Amino acid sequence: MDYFFTEEQEMIRDLCRQIAEERIKPVRAELDEKEEFPREIMKALAQADLFQIIIPEEYGGLGGGCLENCIAVEELSRACCGVSTSYAASFLGAYPMLLFGNEAQKEKYLPLIGSGEKLCAFALTESSSGSDAGSIQTEAKKDGDSYVLNGSKQWITNGGEAGVYTVIAITDRSKGARGATAFIVEADDPGFSIGKKEIKMGIRASATAELIFKDCRIPADRVLGKEGLGFVVAMRTFDKSRPGVGAQAVGVAQGALDEAAAFARVRKQFGKPIITFQAVAHMLADMAVDIEAGRALVYAAARYIDSGAKDFSKVSAIAKVFPTDMAMRVTTNAVQVLGGHGYMREYPVEKMMRDAKILQIYEGTNQIQRNVIGQELNKEYGRKK
Amino acid sequence: MKIAVCIKQVPDTANVKLDPETHTLKREGVESIVNPFDLFALEAALRIKEAAGGEIVAVTMGPPQAETVIKDAIGFGVDEGLLLSDRAFAGADTWATTAALAKAIEGLGDVDLVICGKQAVDGDTAQVGPGIAQRLGLPHVAFVKGFREIEDKRLVVERQMDDGYDVVELPLPALITVVREVGEPRPPSLKGKMRAKKYTVPMQGAADLGLEADQVGLAGSFTQVVKVFAPSHSGERRRLEGSEDEMGAQVIDALVDNQVIMLGS
Ligand SMILES: Cc1cc2nc3c(=O)[nH]c(=O)nc-3n(C[C@H](O)[C@H](O)[C@H](O)COP(=O)(O)OP(=O)(O)OC[C@H]3O[C@@H](n4cnc5c(N)ncnc54)[C@H](O)[C@@H]3O)c2cc1C
Ligand SMILES: Cc1cc2nc3c(=O)[nH]c(=O)nc-3n(C[C@H](O)[C@H](O)[C@H](O)COP(=O)(O)OP(=O)(O)OC[C@H]3O[C@@H](n4cnc5c(N)ncnc54)[C@H](O)[C@@H]3O)c2cc1C
Repeated sequence: MDYFFTEEQEMIRDLCRQIAEERIKPVRAELDEKEEFPREIMKALAQADLFQIIIPEEYGGLGGGCLENCIAVEELSRACCGVSTSYAASFLGAYPMLLFGNEAQKEKYLPLIGSGEKLCAFALTESSSGSDAGSIQTEAKKDGDSYVLNGSKQWITNGGEAGVYTVIAITDRSKGARGATAFIVEADDPGFSIGKKEIKMGIRASATAELIFKDCRIPADRVLGKEGLGFVVAMRTFDKSRPGVGAQAVGVAQGALDEAAAFARVRKQFGKPIITFQAVAHMLADMAVDIEAGRALVYAAARYIDSGAKDFSKVSAIAKVFPTDMAMRVTTNAVQVLGGHGYMREYPVEKMMRDAKILQIYEGTNQIQRNVIGQELNKEYGRKK
Repeated sequence: MKIAVCIKQVPDTANVKLDPETHTLKREGVESIVNPFDLFALEAALRIKEAAGGEIVAVTMGPPQAETVIKDAIGFGVDEGLLLSDRAFAGADTWATTAALAKAIEGLGDVDLVICGKQAVDGDTAQVGPGIAQRLGLPHVAFVKGFREIEDKRLVVERQMDDGYDVVELPLPALITVVREVGEPRPPSLKGKMRAKKYTVPMQGAADLGLEADQVGLAGSFTQVVKVFAPSHSGERRRLEGSEDEMGAQVIDALVDNQVIMLGS
């Protein structure tokens, strides 16, 4: 289907597809097997200017929006969600600076992130605070011209690989939802270290680690926005980034259909290619229907957000829930179409199925997304009366 | 550092057609790409620029559509390009090719380093690089596989040999040709591709280079293609039978009988 991309958007798609084919596909199984961070690929993505996509032009970037980000992420995910997660997490860390950073912060950090010289990361989750973000324990205390951070963050994508982190910490517990603040932390800040590195089911090329803050002292000018805006920063960031998770889902699902359809044409049983069995063909057809619906939704949501829309939490949640549930269905069915071959590591679909699962969990579980959508519906229909 | 990279447009497939009249390659209609070895030359130039700063100019000689390889080079991050195109250049052998390329490089002014691919995958002679060096009076090192030191007036490079490599120091200006090991070519960049779309490729002909018609093209060539053909396999074929050892012995006997090899004294 033609989604009427601009020339620039087509360029992004084609370049990402080229890198996915030439650089990612040949090594994805090995990266998965060894649980190895794709440093060489990150370097290639940087050389291709792909970290510049959402960075404004005044900071040396390409000034793209949510749609450009989704196009890139979809293509990379078609080959490997572990790689695309590492890539997209850098933007997840950068969005708070884009949205809330002051001039000096933008000037200092955006060019570094855009050039790919430094990867970025976003740290909210803690061991006892997942969906319930309000319950985070990490504290930041003002001390003269600096803040001192204590606590730890869990399961942070790009942890240990990133040079710059956006960290949400409590500055005033008595203020509840207004008691958290977003900070920029640099990898070599004193008192900052990397703890446990996780071993995962999927997206194994991506790095997931614990961040430890032990009397971590940072200058006071690292506050994003102002004190008390921490959760606002987090929510606005997720609103912008969630369609990107939807795009990952569309990509991995497309990758799975590519494999399943090709396999079904060549695998013969009962003397015929299995694609000629209606049960198999219908499975493939349902996958294609699902994927196109997900893709159309992601692009439409991204375009809506890029149009300057004000309140898009619901749209953004919708553009995460449907595609990610869809990708789980599609990748599971792709394994089914390949049968026993699909279950084997030699074929890429079992990895895709493992990878797809995370998309229903991170950046807010799909249950939490439904909570968001439900709350918005409650508000909307309350107003209509 | 000012670097000139020579890149050649070559047909993409092994599926090349020959003009039955002229016995030369029919280049129209076949998809063309940058000679794969020249991608390594571009990568080497980009790495040197990253290390030492400077400017990169990509130069190609070819028909007007060879402008696409210059645009490709811009996409990889090269600063400027130059297309040498002229009816008079047609039919050039390596000698006549180097006449045009050398003049063009001279015309760029103050070039510190010329980088060529190891060889072109169509012509395959590996003569153009050394030929340019000869015409410009530059020292040259062929088959460079890596860089040890990069300075304003001096390079230390590793030259690939059959059984290892040499470490060679050479003063600049100089010319090198590079092999695959010099580094995997980076992908094109978005900014480069956007610039390439708008970039007007400068073009020069024989007159612009100050060359006479008889110095370039077929007229300026020492060699002429008389006939191109696929050699027919007319030799005798024999099927060997027996165990591996027996067949091996038969092969050696046959090679010795036909004086292909001689057994040691
Ligand atoms: C690979 C990976 C990478 C990650 N990367 C990052 C990162 O870069 N930065 C970061 O900050 N975090 C990151 N996370 C954390 C991620 O965002 C959380 O895992 C996620 O928000 C869910 O939190 P939880 O795992 O603690 O689940 P819990 O909150 O404990 O939820 C467990 C289950 O209960 C359900 N549930 C909880 N509350 C409700 C409710 N109110 N209504 C309905 N159902 C509910 C959930 O949907 C889920 O099914 C990452 C996680 C993983 C696994
Ligand atoms: C059978 C045959 C017929 C030919 N017929 C014709 C013909 O009719 N018309 C015609 O124009 N040519 C023709 N040529 C091509 C011409 O003789 C050579 O291809 C050309 O001189 C380059 O030599 P090469 O391809 O061996 O390059 P090599 O010497 O193998 O190339 C080494 C390096 O030199 C540089 N280089 C080579 N050529 C160029 C170029 N054109 N521009 C920029 N850099 C370059 C590149 O960096 C390349 O990697 C023919 C060649 C052959 C073998």
